[in-house]
Amino acid sequence: MKKTPLAETHEKLGARMVDFAGWYMPVQYVGLREEHNNVRNNVGLFDVSHMGEVRVKGPKALETLEWLTTNDVAKLNDGEAQYSLLPNDQGGLVDDIIVYCLKKNEDYLVCVNASNKDKDFAWMTKHNKGADMTDESDKWGQIAIQGPKALELCDRVFGFKVSEMKPFTLKAGEFQNHKIMVATTGYTGEKGCEVFVEAAGTAALWMTLLEQGKDLGVQSIGLGARDTLRTEMKYSLYGHEIDDTTNPYEAGLGWVIKPAKKDFMGKALIVGKKEAGLKQNLVGFKMLEKGIPRQGYSLFSFDNKEIGKVTSGTHSPTLDEPIGIAYIDTEFAKEGTEFLLDIRGRKVKAVVCKTPFVTK
Amino acid sequence: MAFHIPEDYYYTKEHEWAQVDENIVTVGITEFAQDQLGEIVYVELPEEGQKITQGQTFGVIESVKAVSDLYAPVSGTVIEVNMALGDDPSVLNDDPVNEGWLVRIEMDTEKELANLMRAPDYKKLISEK
Repeated sequence: MKKTPLAETHEKLGARMVDFAGWYMPVQYVGLREEHNNVRNNVGLFDVSHMGEVRVKGPKALETLEWLTTNDVAKLNDGEAQYSLLPNDQGGLVDDIIVYCLKKNEDYLVCVNASNKDKDFAWMTKHNKGADMTDESDKWGQIAIQGPKALELCDRVFGFKVSEMKPFTLKAGEFQNHKIMVATTGYTGEKGCEVFVEAAGTAALWMTLLEQGKDLGVQSIGLGARDTLRTEMKYSLYGHEIDDTTNPYEAGLGWVIKPAKKDFMGKALIVGKKEAGLKQNLVGFKMLEKGIPRQGYSLFSFDNKEIGKVTSGTHSPTLDEPIGIAYIDTEFAKEGTEFLLDIRGRKVKAVVCKTPFVTK
Repeated sequence: MAFHIPEDYYYTKEHEWAQVDENIVTVGITEFAQDQLGEIVYVELPEEGQKITQGQTFGVIESVKAVSDLYAPVSGTVIEVNMALGDDPSVLNDDPVNEGWLVRIEMDTEKELANLMRAPDYKKLISEK
């Protein structure tokens, strides 16, 4: 199993470690629910060092990224970030990503999912339009700091006002002589940032954040709570809501596709499917009877026709009730539509609801 | 972490415990199991009168993160179900070995107990995890 620069730190802090996509990662420290609530109420630290970073530089950097991604990279100025998609040539998705602009036109950092890193890098390299492309994943540790008190903690530790940065921006700095880049992005729906730090400085930064944030109630948070937090926001996760066959419009990600502005990989297939009419939509739902939805469970209409599949489901710690995300045939996708969920052979009522499940 | 593993109980390799009182067997999950599961939020149990078979699933426990089957330590008939767990499944986290019992079974045959572990073997099993 691969280890992040924080593996020993997690062990010392008493985390329960698991194999996550080939990485030795903390699933929880004191308990999923407590960690989850602490991120909603105070501040939590996440080790996201297993995510991959691809550096795209040179005179062909912008042209390459415009071709490889669906969003409008040309719009990005120095220090701005953008959620985007890496489409394949079959009308599906290689991954969802964040593109960080370090220097307009010529220097970008692309952050990709841990489980997809090698696949993404191979894909990007294969379809490179002449940029200088390197896998910098081993160079960077990454820590996400999330929660209503996250920015106060960041202001104390990073020596500049992270709290005054706009969402989806990036600022370079230093921590104990290690390069850092602080990005106001995240995956929990809370305020906060994701910090890229040179690998050798990652453990020291983690311990400093814990120390400096004691009075703010900072806690280390495992992957278990990361998943319940993102599910409450209906944020997509590769392998659940997204895969190589996903049409991004059906996944509700049409807002990061800019067909009017540029050509990109697989554009005709992706847009064509939308023009032909979407067959299904990604929706949030709640249970009307007892039971907890889980990935892979089937959805049925009341006349017993299979109409969809669950992509993610859990008991929401914030709402203290079960919630789920599912692809459902378009005619059933409207908020308030009731359907049946097959929970291991037992069909129970559920209803399409408004998302995000948790609003601030 | 030290778990409370009563000496006079029997154990399955899937982490259920069985307390035997003549031919009545009370069944639950061990402290180790609840610790592995994390916060338990839902329990699906059989109804009174239902027949269950040793080694077969007889119910389901769901934690925030996962679904786990429950395996019957012995064959027999369910004579009582812990209804309190329906209202508050967190009892299973707080006190799995007492208040968090799941069902009581009228056992078909004592012979099946030979297929279960006693406390020292069960302690050894979880120490290897």
